[in-house]
This record gives sequence, structure tokens and C-alpha cells, in this order.
Amino acid sequence: MAIRMLLAKIGIDGHDRGIRFVAYSLRDGGIEVIYTGPWQTIDSVVKTAIEEDVNLVGISTLGGDYVLIPKLLQRFKREKIDIPIILGGIIPTDVEESLKEKGVAAFFHPGASSESIVEAIKKIVEGRSGSRSQV
Amino acid sequence: MDQKLDLDKSLRKWEEGYDASLGKVPIRKKKFTTQSEITVEPLYTPRQISESDYYLEKLGFPGQYPYTRGVYPSMYRNRLWTKRLLVGYGAPEDLNERNKMLLSAGETGLNVTGSSVSMRGYDTDQMAEELDRGYVGMYGTPLDSVLDTDISLEDIPIDKVSVNYSDQAPFVSTATHFVLDKIVGSTNHADCFSHWISCAMYIVFPLDAHVRMTVDLVKWCSRNVRRWHPLSIIGQHYSQNGATPVQELAFTLASGIAHVDNCLKAGVDIDEFAPRISGFFDGQINVFELAAKLRAARRMWASIMKNRFKAKDQRSWQLRIHVQTSGVELTRQVPHLNIARVALQALGAVLGGCNSLHTDSWDEAITIPSEKSALLALMTQHVISEETGVADVIDPLGGSYYLESLTDKIEQEAWKIIEDIDARGGMMKAAKDGYVYRNISNSVRRSLIAVKNKEKVIVGVNEFCQPEDESSFESFKIDPELVDRQIERTKRLRKERDQAKAKAALDELRLIAEGSRDGNIFQGVIDAIKVDCTRGEITRALQDVYGKGKPYAGV
Repeated sequence: MAIRMLLAKIGIDGHDRGIRFVAYSLRDGGIEVIYTGPWQTIDSVVKTAIEEDVNLVGISTLGGDYVLIPKLLQRFKREKIDIPIILGGIIPTDVEESLKEKGVAAFFHPGASSESIVEAIKKIVEGRSGSRSQV
Repeated sequence: MDQKLDLDKSLRKWEEGYDASLGKVPIRKKKFTTQSEITVEPLYTPRQISESDYYLEKLGFPGQYPYTRGVYPSMYRNRLWTKRLLVGYGAPEDLNERNKMLLSAGETGLNVTGSSVSMRGYDTDQMAEELDRGYVGMYGTPLDSVLDTDISLEDIPIDKVSVNYSDQAPFVSTATHFVLDKIVGSTNHADCFSHWISCAMYIVFPLDAHVRMTVDLVKWCSRNVRRWHPLSIIGQHYSQNGATPVQELAFTLASGIAHVDNCLKAGVDIDEFAPRISGFFDGQINVFELAAKLRAARRMWASIMKNRFKAKDQRSWQLRIHVQTSGVELTRQVPHLNIARVALQALGAVLGGCNSLHTDSWDEAITIPSEKSALLALMTQHVISEETGVADVIDPLGGSYYLESLTDKIEQEAWKIIEDIDARGGMMKAAKDGYVYRNISNSVRRSLIAVKNKEKVIVGVNEFCQPEDESSFESFKIDPELVDRQIERTKRLRKERDQAKAKAALDELRLIAEGSRDGNIFQGVIDAIKVDCTRGEITRALQDVYGKGKPYAGV
């Protein structure tokens, strides 16, 4: 079964070239992508992730939207949503370390090749027990 | 002997030699193209630009129609381009300090970007409460009120330097200047089309509301202030969002046409506002294509204003151009190499006759630029103006067979897109129905493929890769005390003002916006700021009337 993935930008940054680039790369790599565009909120990400029954959530950050990731992780935890979250874009090294500890499954930096992103996503999803969404 | 025959004969001889050489050593690439996918021939000769009236019709002299060679007769011989570094981070105090440092190091103009907090219409305290405090000062400087603008301009010689603002509807930063009576020569990146399409600014207002506010701003400035240039038409947004240089040029000029149409419809005379329109383009690394794009932009704008809109004042025909070197082309990998990229991008901009230039800092691909790296970026411009000699001759590449041919080609291709947009009913429709966005997305898609199969080489990313080195840059940190102070300042302003007057001003603004009271929205914004209303309040008052916009079709 094809991997289904939600790609979103949360917060207040409108730069969406990177995430469009990634959306195309993932579709080329055989992944079903649900891209919801910029200006998403934690609520909308939770709602779409559940409704669309995705295997994975990818968030793009350029202008500092990573500041909302701890809140997103907390929300997933609180609502017992067992879907891994990955992050791509411009993330300071110290922030990345702290978000890794908090539970972000993978990070992708500018210049990451399409192949490397697709491969990493497959690995994350296949490494799990096959259960999707809610526990 | 007939010169033409002689040229043909020599050309054929060269072609034979070229083919023979390729027979021995194979050609380096399957196809040679510019960033706009324009085919690049192996050699350019008088053949490509041979019409007899070519010079006067297509080039002319600097300061003369069609301004291909520059808008001023003397260009950089007596007045260099304005060296203008974009600054926006931290608190208004940070902005002030960085700008003073750059001015003392030879910067000649300021370039201020409001924070993404401000651009979404939030005040710092609202942002901290509603979303996250971490956003404050992260990306651009938040300017909530007159107090913040005042701090940002402290000890800046505003009578000597102009300021380039990225201030969008409802133009609060612009209005704070008039309230403070700190009126500088300024350019504002107020182009709502590029913001709406490429920066997804439908989140703040619908496009029609953006247009109404822009027209009111232009009208107000044309009639009330002299050196304020309220409308800069922006290609840089389209380009950074993924448009090719040709698309960037076409979308920008089509936006310009729509703005002019809108202002004319509102009853402003063409020569009353057109001299104050300027252009803002992206500085890509293909040096010749960048120079050609800027030259084509001036030529096309001059024609649009003279022939399409029948402007009489020659200043209406002149497009002064600001360039920002392309951030998307900078890489996280081998980050110091970005210094070289920026130098080449800036060189292209100067060879294209830009009037104002921002150069990116090398660490911009990774973080908010440090003071040291911003200084290096500024000094790169000094190297170009003082050491290379390219600023000593006006339009030094003019007459190059390749450059002139490329300028013509870019112009032809851009006209085709403009005609297409005209046929679709203009830029308003093309923006709303997703035409522009879709075309940009297609270019993003094509560039993805080109990078993947290495038709497009990015040094250090898909070729000539090096082990990653992240130890050499400092990550930007905001001073939390300055954030506290700003939040406090905005709260105090709101608390200590005359509440009745503030409420009356916001009510009045709503009435003007909904059309039940005659008036100019920008005047309403100024009046609200005079009684200490803040950016967030003004934006919300207008959102009460206009609501927010809707997104166009996605990927």
C-alpha cells in the first residue's frame, strides 16, 4: 500500500517554494501527498492528519515556524495520535537537537536530494508496525 | 569587397571549424540554456542584431527613451547605485543599531523589512499571546506603532539617506513616518500582486481589498508628499517563489499594468503617479541573463508607459530598479561559497544598470545574518564599485552581440506572457484564477528535474560535494529583554492613550473601508496612528470589513 503523507506549513510564514518542491519529489517517489498550503494551524494539521489517515506528517519551516513544533508534538501526544512528524527547512542546530529529543522523527535541510528524502520516509514508515493513525 | 559577403564567408569558415572541433572533443552539455530556458548559441555575431536602425530604436542613449542603457545620462560616473542592505531582525533597537553600523561602513540607503509578525498584521504582544513569543524578532523587525518606528530611526540621518520599505497594506510603517514627520525619500514594496501570489498574502486581506488600499496609498502620496515612492512593482517575490527570469519580468510588468489601470480608474492622472513607480527584481547568478533582464525591463516599461498609457512626462517612462541578490541560490552546503555567488549576482545587477542593490550575507541560507557577514556583503559592493572598474563606463556590456540578443529574446518571451495575461483579462484575474501560481509551480517542477538529473549543477549540492561543515557560523539569538521591552511598550501605548479618540478613529476607518463614508483609507490609517492605534488594531479593523482572502489552487 502506498505511503500517505500530509505536507503542511504551520504558523506565520508564507514561503512555500521548498514544500512544493518536496511535494513533487515525494509524488515522483510514489508517495501519496496531501499538501494543504501555508497558514495551517496545529488544529488543522491534527484534523487533516486524522481525516486523511496519513502515515506521516511533514512540516516545512523557513521563517521560524519551528517554534510551534513543540506544541504540535504535545498535541499529538495528548490526543494519542501515533503518526511520526518530520521537519524540513531552515532549522538552527541547537533547535534541531532539542526537537529530536522531543520526538521529531527526521530532519531535512536545504539541498537534500529527492531520493534521500523518499528513502528516509520509506524507512520511517516501514520501520513501524504497520498500524496507521490512532492507537 | 562587400562587407556582408565577407562576414558570411568568415562565419561559415568558423562554423566548419567549430563542427570539426566538436568532432574531436565532444560537446560539454546536451543543451546550453539560460535560467529562463532560452537556448544559448555557441557564438553571437552582428548577425543577431543587424537591423540598421537597431541602435536608436532598441538601445538609445542613457537617460533617453527607451532607457535600455540606463535611466540617467551619467549613471555611475557621478552617482553609484544606492548600496542598500536589507535588515530585519530582533527589536526596533536591533534594527537601528545594525543600520547605523552599515551606514558607518559606507552603506548609502536603508532597506527595512517588517517582521512576519507585522506582515500578518499582528502586534508583538498579540503574537506572543495568540501564537508564540518565539516568533517575535525572528524574521524581520516587528514595528507595532509610532514608538517602534521612532526607535528604529534614532540618529539616522534621514535627510541624507532614503529608506526602502517592505510595508504592505494597510501600510502602517509608512503612515508612522508621516505622523512622526520623519519623511525620507522612500520606496515601498507595496505591490500587492506579488505579495498575494508569491507570499500567500491572502491570509491578511482579499486581493480586492489589497488593491483598494494600494490605490488609496498611491493617491495620497502623489498629492501630499514629494520624495515618497509608494509603489515598487516586485519581480523578486515571483522569482524566489520559483518563476524563471522571463516569467518574473512578465509577471512584474503585468502587475505594473494592473496597478496603473487601477489608479487611472480611481481618477489619478497618469503623470501624477507614474514617475513614482519603481521596480524590484531578483538578482540571479546567470550574469548575462540578469543584466539582459534589467535592460529589457527598462525598455519594456518605457514602451508600456509611453505607448500603452500615453504618459507624457518622461519620468513616467523611466523604471528605476532595485535588485536583491537571490537567496534561493545560496546553499547550506559549503556556506562560505555563498560570498562568491553573491559577488557574481551583484556584478550582474550592476552590469544591468541597477539603481539600488541589496547583497545577501553568506550565512543567510542558514540563519539571520550576523553583523560580520552583513558587513562582508556590503563590502562586496565596495569591491565592485571601487576595484573592478565596471562602474567606470556606462552600460559596459552594451553592444555585446550576446547581451543584446539575449535582451531582445527575453523581451520577446516576456511580451508573449503579458499578451497571454491581457487575453485572460489582466493580472487581477490571472492572480485570482491561479494562472500565475500554476506557471510558477511548473517552473519549480522543471527546476527540480534539472537539479535531479544534473542538467543544472549546484556546486557543493549535486556536484563537487564536500563533507558538511556546520561549525563555522553562529546561530542568531534574540535578546529576550528587548522583546519584553517591546511587548511592554505596545501594551503601555494602548493603555495610556485617549481611548475614546482611538475608538473613534478605528470606527471611522471601518466606515471609509466599507464605503459608507467618503475618504482615503491611508488617511484613515494615519489618523488612527495619530491617536496611538497600533498595527494589529488597524489591521483587524480593516479585516472586520474585508475579511481575509481565499487561497488559490494548490500544487
